[in-house]
Amino acid sequence: MADPLLSVRDLVVEFPTRRGTLRALDRVSFDIMPGEVLGMVGESGAGKSITGAAIIGLIEPPGRIAGGEIRLKGERIDNLRPYALRKIRGKRIGMVFQDPLTSLNPLYTVAQQLIETIRTHIDCSEAEARKRAVALLDRVGIPAAERRIDDYPHHFSGGMRQRVVIALALCAEPELVIADEPTTALDVSVQSQIIEVLKDICAERGAAVMLITHDMGVIAETADRVAVLYAGRMAEVGPVREVITEALHPYTQGLMGSIPTLTQESDRLVQIPGSMPRLNAIPQGCAFNPRCDRAFAPCFTDRPDLLSPEAGRQVACWLHDPAKAQEVPHG
Amino acid sequence: MAEPLLKIDGLTRRFDVSKPWLNRVIEREEKQFLTANADVSFEIARGETFALVGESGSGKSTIAKMVVGLLPPSAGTITFDGQRIDTSAGIPRSLRRRFQMIFQDPFASLNPRWRVGEIIAEPIRTFGLMNPTDARKEAARLLEVVGLSAGDVNKFPHEFSGGQRQRIAIARALSSKPEFIVCDEPTSALDVSVQAQILNLMRDLQDEFGLTYLLISHDLSVVRHMANRIGVLYLGRLVEVAQGKKLFTEPQHPYTRMLLDAVPDLALSGRRRRPVEGEIPNPISPPPGCAFHPRCPLVHDRCRHEVPQPQPTPIGQAACHALDRVDTA
Repeated sequence: MADPLLSVRDLVVEFPTRRGTLRALDRVSFDIMPGEVLGMVGESGAGKSITGAAIIGLIEPPGRIAGGEIRLKGERIDNLRPYALRKIRGKRIGMVFQDPLTSLNPLYTVAQQLIETIRTHIDCSEAEARKRAVALLDRVGIPAAERRIDDYPHHFSGGMRQRVVIALALCAEPELVIADEPTTALDVSVQSQIIEVLKDICAERGAAVMLITHDMGVIAETADRVAVLYAGRMAEVGPVREVITEALHPYTQGLMGSIPTLTQESDRLVQIPGSMPRLNAIPQGCAFNPRCDRAFAPCFTDRPDLLSPEAGRQVACWLHDPAKAQEVPHG
Repeated sequence: MAEPLLKIDGLTRRFDVSKPWLNRVIEREEKQFLTANADVSFEIARGETFALVGESGSGKSTIAKMVVGLLPPSAGTITFDGQRIDTSAGIPRSLRRRFQMIFQDPFASLNPRWRVGEIIAEPIRTFGLMNPTDARKEAARLLEVVGLSAGDVNKFPHEFSGGQRQRIAIARALSSKPEFIVCDEPTSALDVSVQAQILNLMRDLQDEFGLTYLLISHDLSVVRHMANRIGVLYLGRLVEVAQGKKLFTEPQHPYTRMLLDAVPDLALSGRRRRPVEGEIPNPISPPPGCAFHPRCPLVHDRCRHEVPQPQPTPIGQAACHALDRVDTA
């Protein structure tokens, strides 16, 4: 197997507060292969966005990376000094944020922002940067790019702005694009356009994508593999089709069942009782144990690590540990 | 069909979005109006769930507000249980008790300085339905009905999570014993697993109390799961009304088709989505004729200047000049 583009091992992110330290991410590990689209799902507060922010070095103090390592092509990037990190951020890792209105500077034209970014990372003349910028805007589907490049962000609609943001993230030809809820602020008809653009343009340039979203539908249609986070821990990682149709972790099973679809026949949705624990009250053992209907003895005492019951799939659940599974009370 | 519980006829709402008078004089501009809803008509039968879907700016919430009387319509009538509501005078108290509303954001719809028991008992007190002691007991009972514990009456809203708050909002809506509840995006602020809990709860309550729902949502799969009949809005006009699940198998209006094509689906059908061209136009200056024509694949000359009227279809009604041509697209 090829070497991963990005490798995250046992990543811990902590936020010290007056009432003790909160662990937003607790030993999270995953890989992203070159050119792959990895979907990152979870409910609010599960740690999806923090994972993205940690990779690109944007955790706001007092939050900090308290353990583990992040490697980009084998090279550690979690302990770089700010100036070294700046060379990676934007150049090798691009970022698309949720709200296109706040991720563009309202006081500069789109041209100024794109040209500045291109010239920061690529050695070229202003005229050439502008030519690149126009080509890029054209590629992300902005009509009359040549003319519209001199408009300000407020001249664009939400969908068009998000296209500009995608162009901005891709202008230095990064190897990895982190897209944090890129379509959540948009309507469905526009959402499908944006996902299409993001997917095509990254495939074209061979950039890998880490797609952070709470929308399983988007993941199902876009991602190659999916990682499910629960309470700051990785619950399950695997190929998207398998995770959706035959999830291994009880949480993933419940999550999939709770999503109404356009084809289902049943009248009731599967319902997971309760809600995700707060970060200061994560139960001992498996974080999901209070809501899990299949929890048994070890779930309440020991935290399960990611196991690999099948090739290419990983799950953090004692049910899939052959040694513990013998203790399961019934089948 | 029996007498519908709610009948809406030709409902229209315009908002004045003009600049201030002095600016208009100086810049020589006309007054500007935004038509949020134009000529919307539908009926809701007792005990059914009628859903309105549409993208942002299509006028879903404006309809909800007009129905409950939070906003007077510019034209059109609302008839509730055979009684025409005089919208200029506001809704009479006797009728107002019979409908309630659940709002989108449970963080904004509950007063943070009131205890949960007071919040739930407020409609009881307002309508003078019970004495204070009974009202308190009723609040505790309702909390149990929606799946919280009776002891929660003395807590404040901030002690609850988003899903629990939405349960409190539902309990409040139920406390005046209404027949009709308008639910404006009741789950869009919630995570999917919590959304499933709330949707299941809403269904159970409907069966138990014989409620009628007007459900407003932008999420087609939620609507499909909940509704008996569905109305699709585009730029303030009702483009299609159809029987629940049929809308998803035999959509008639090109906009409905487009919307269904755009929804990412878990089913992994492998279909390549047909990305839709364009975006919703500015509602201040909507395109003439059929508002959808700049994005419509079936557009022809007539669509550009004549507003289509609703016509019956096999599954309901739709407003489109190209109805008979949809199948060939």
